[in-house]
Amino acid sequence: MRDRESILERIHEALMVQAPVPGIGKDGAQPAGSAPPQPVSEEAAAEKISNWLPVVGEAFEDQVHLFAANSADLKTEFYLLGSQVEMLERLMTIAKEENWKKIGSHHGFLTDAAVAVLCLPVCETTAYYDVNDLESCDAGISECEALIAQTGSVLVSSRTSGGRALSALPPHHVVLATRDQMLPDLPSAITFLKNKYTTGFPSFISFITGPSRTGDIERILVLGAHGPKKLTILCY
Amino acid sequence: MKVTLFIPCFVDMCYPKVGISIVSILEKLGHKVIYPEEIACCGQPAFNSGYWPETRLVAEPVLKRLQDSEVIVIASGSCGAMVKKFYPELFADTPLAEMAREVSDKTWEFSDFLVNKLGVTDLGAEFKARVTIHDGCHGLRELGTTRQPPRTLLSHVRGLELVEMTEAETCCGFGGTFSAKFPSISTAMGDVKCASAIETGAEYIVSNDSSCLMHLQGLLTRQGKKLKTIHLAEVLTSA
Amino acid sequence: MNTSASQFTKDAERITRDLRHRELIQTALSKYVVARDAKKSRFQDWEEARQTAAGIKWDAINHLDKHLVEFAKNLEARGGKVHWAGNGEHAREIIIKIIADREAHSIIKSKVMTGEEIHLNEALEKAGYSVVESDLGEYIVQLRHEAPYHFVFPAMHLTRGEISELFQKELGSEPTDSPEELTMIARRVLRSKYITADIGISGANFAIAETGMISITENEGNARLTCALPKVHIALMGIEKVLPRLDDLALFLPMLGTAGAGQMMTCYNTLYGGPRQIDESDGPEEFHVVLLDNHRTRLLADAEQRDALHCIRCGACLNVCPIYKNIGGHSYGTTYQGPVGCVITPHLRGLQDWKHLSFASSLCGACTQACPVKIDLHHHLLQSRRNARSQKPVWWEKTAFKMFSIVANSPFIWGMIKPFARLGQMFHPLIKATRLDPAIAWTRSRELPKVAPQTFKEYWRKRK
Repeated sequence: MRDRESILERIHEALMVQAPVPGIGKDGAQPAGSAPPQPVSEEAAAEKISNWLPVVGEAFEDQVHLFAANSADLKTEFYLLGSQVEMLERLMTIAKEENWKKIGSHHGFLTDAAVAVLCLPVCETTAYYDVNDLESCDAGISECEALIAQTGSVLVSSRTSGGRALSALPPHHVVLATRDQMLPDLPSAITFLKNKYTTGFPSFISFITGPSRTGDIERILVLGAHGPKKLTILCY
Repeated sequence: MKVTLFIPCFVDMCYPKVGISIVSILEKLGHKVIYPEEIACCGQPAFNSGYWPETRLVAEPVLKRLQDSEVIVIASGSCGAMVKKFYPELFADTPLAEMAREVSDKTWEFSDFLVNKLGVTDLGAEFKARVTIHDGCHGLRELGTTRQPPRTLLSHVRGLELVEMTEAETCCGFGGTFSAKFPSISTAMGDVKCASAIETGAEYIVSNDSSCLMHLQGLLTRQGKKLKTIHLAEVLTSA
Repeated sequence: MNTSASQFTKDAERITRDLRHRELIQTALSKYVVARDAKKSRFQDWEEARQTAAGIKWDAINHLDKHLVEFAKNLEARGGKVHWAGNGEHAREIIIKIIADREAHSIIKSKVMTGEEIHLNEALEKAGYSVVESDLGEYIVQLRHEAPYHFVFPAMHLTRGEISELFQKELGSEPTDSPEELTMIARRVLRSKYITADIGISGANFAIAETGMISITENEGNARLTCALPKVHIALMGIEKVLPRLDDLALFLPMLGTAGAGQMMTCYNTLYGGPRQIDESDGPEEFHVVLLDNHRTRLLADAEQRDALHCIRCGACLNVCPIYKNIGGHSYGTTYQGPVGCVITPHLRGLQDWKHLSFASSLCGACTQACPVKIDLHHHLLQSRRNARSQKPVWWEKTAFKMFSIVANSPFIWGMIKPFARLGQMFHPLIKATRLDPAIAWTRSRELPKVAPQTFKEYWRKRK
């Protein structure tokens, strides 16, 4: 702990001299010794950021359209369905096409129904589970915190999505979501998290944007580097 | 207008035609050209090498000589950046700080001056050739003003075909003393630039910065390439 | 010239002549530029986004002590452990102690540039632990016993053929020229390592003071697994990674993705706020964050260059730097390459030993233009040159510039240059590009310009 004090001491010493304010600098308009940028309220800060990020429409139709377009770019399979029944039918079709023998999942309103119709051996990740068991699953089926239209992202957490590994270890990650989970953009997603959890955050929260990929070999895109090779989102 | 002309040291010694062309353009537009003969160099080599006190030995007389000018035009992006951007920094916290700022405010790079100060875009020039532009880094990024003016001016030159190269905005590799301190890197950068220019099928590389052209021409001549270099001002005085 | 400077010059010479390398890197980076520009144009105002990001980082760094204390407090409240390391040696000691206390053996790592900085892998291996890099690029260079070539794309300098040969030799795999198959080979090999590792070591892209969380940005999912499966998660990060608020990520995540990789968001941007909680089914039992100074406070104390600590390690400056593209990542001889590396390394490792990095630039400014947080990179190189020379001038150089000022200030002496130059020009061809040539640095590859028959000054005098 001795380093803590000496590091903080060095920082304090260093900061006694003020650094130029960004974008203005020594020879610019700001006179020397002037006040640093004024702190802005959280709402004002979030709004300012929204003004620079990509545009998102206000209506659900615009947002889902944007989400679908982003998904296509990311090679995420996105299905907007009319009802829970349709969702389950689509899920069964995928399971058959891909010849799933075993799935990973967790308890939840949507996932319980999914597990029930699939009638496959399940590795349950709601409570303690054996990771080798999860590793032998063909797919991991989870719920999510939200969908984010602006970036085509799925927001997951250890609380809503069956822990940390369910959405990363099996080669196919399937997300079950409902329309009211669509959020327009990143600032609103973060506001959502803060409002939902106040200070009691889960230990793991992730923004998933497409299936896993790498460009490490000659900058050529390859899917499924370590995380799932396929990401499917079923939303009704 | 009384235009004070600053001629960079290498333009004076090796490329006087560039200076002569600029004089003729300004006079043709009806301005009086003042050339302070005692100014030889802006001091950039010492500045870029880290010797700021020695730079001030050269820059201070230049600054004092330019102080009373109505407007100052510099025939190169890099010297232009030295006077406009770096003199205020060089003389900050000295009694000459205010003077440096004043001189900076009335300093222009040549093509920027024509287009954005004088509003002149067509000089009645004719130059029948396919050309490509090299954007000198200092003008492009220090001054932030020289991407568009050369293109505007060239678009009015009769018979001229402008083709953009992919590496137009990439540094040519001159960088002043860098070209001598790290010659292999400088040469590699120049080779990339020349290859990009040759790809366009252009006969000439045009730029507003003679120092870049000096470096590129040095490479092209050594390699026996047909591609030639020419300063913007010389194109604009062609008929 | 000191050894790191002479080594740099030697390596740079060699790589600049390697045309195959030049082609490979130019191709890779031109693809990046296309992708980056496409994503930039989707922002409503990229320049304003940069300005806002710069302002947030200014707040973060200029109130660094306050934010670090808040970060530590919030993370510790959720069961995380925060360790403070003044230098690399202390950081290594802290990490090895954590591992030894757990009687652990195998370690899996995701990308940690700070780990490279403090030579963590060597220390761990010396202490008897096996360390596996899980990021594909890092894994490849680890097998080659090489340093990463680029901090976002560690294996950019290698062709698929070279990687296939490497895998054949080290892993006994079948030859292939498919990047997909090569990736799957690595995926299969690393799978068991994730599951059996006792310790996961990661870096952190950001540390959120307000909520006591670290944020990790990646594409492959290897960090996700590194931080999910092993029983202990250790995150090593520089103290400058702090951001004040969770909201700030809404700007920084897409800017990091766009500038760093030409992606609006990378695949996984994950917040870790502590060890697994009582109602969570997986995750590490222990979560340690090691905060590293290692001379960052020295850079902090240089108010003129302090904004270099705003760096989010996106790599954008490397990707646009013509020097980097021609000399490659290894020539720098130090952990952080490219323009930002040239700026911070003299502060982290000593100005006089590393000043050559600030001279090895044409100061074109492409880096400053590309930086998403508006660090004044190329001007800092100029400032470092000034600082290096005022600390320890090179006397012949200093004298030469003094003499030049006498010449430049005397029209008479200046006028004498031309006749001497023209005389020199006559004889120069005899010694051109030979050892006797004083201008050999230029003439080795270029023709010198000719002194004009009539200088501009002479012309002007004549017309008066």
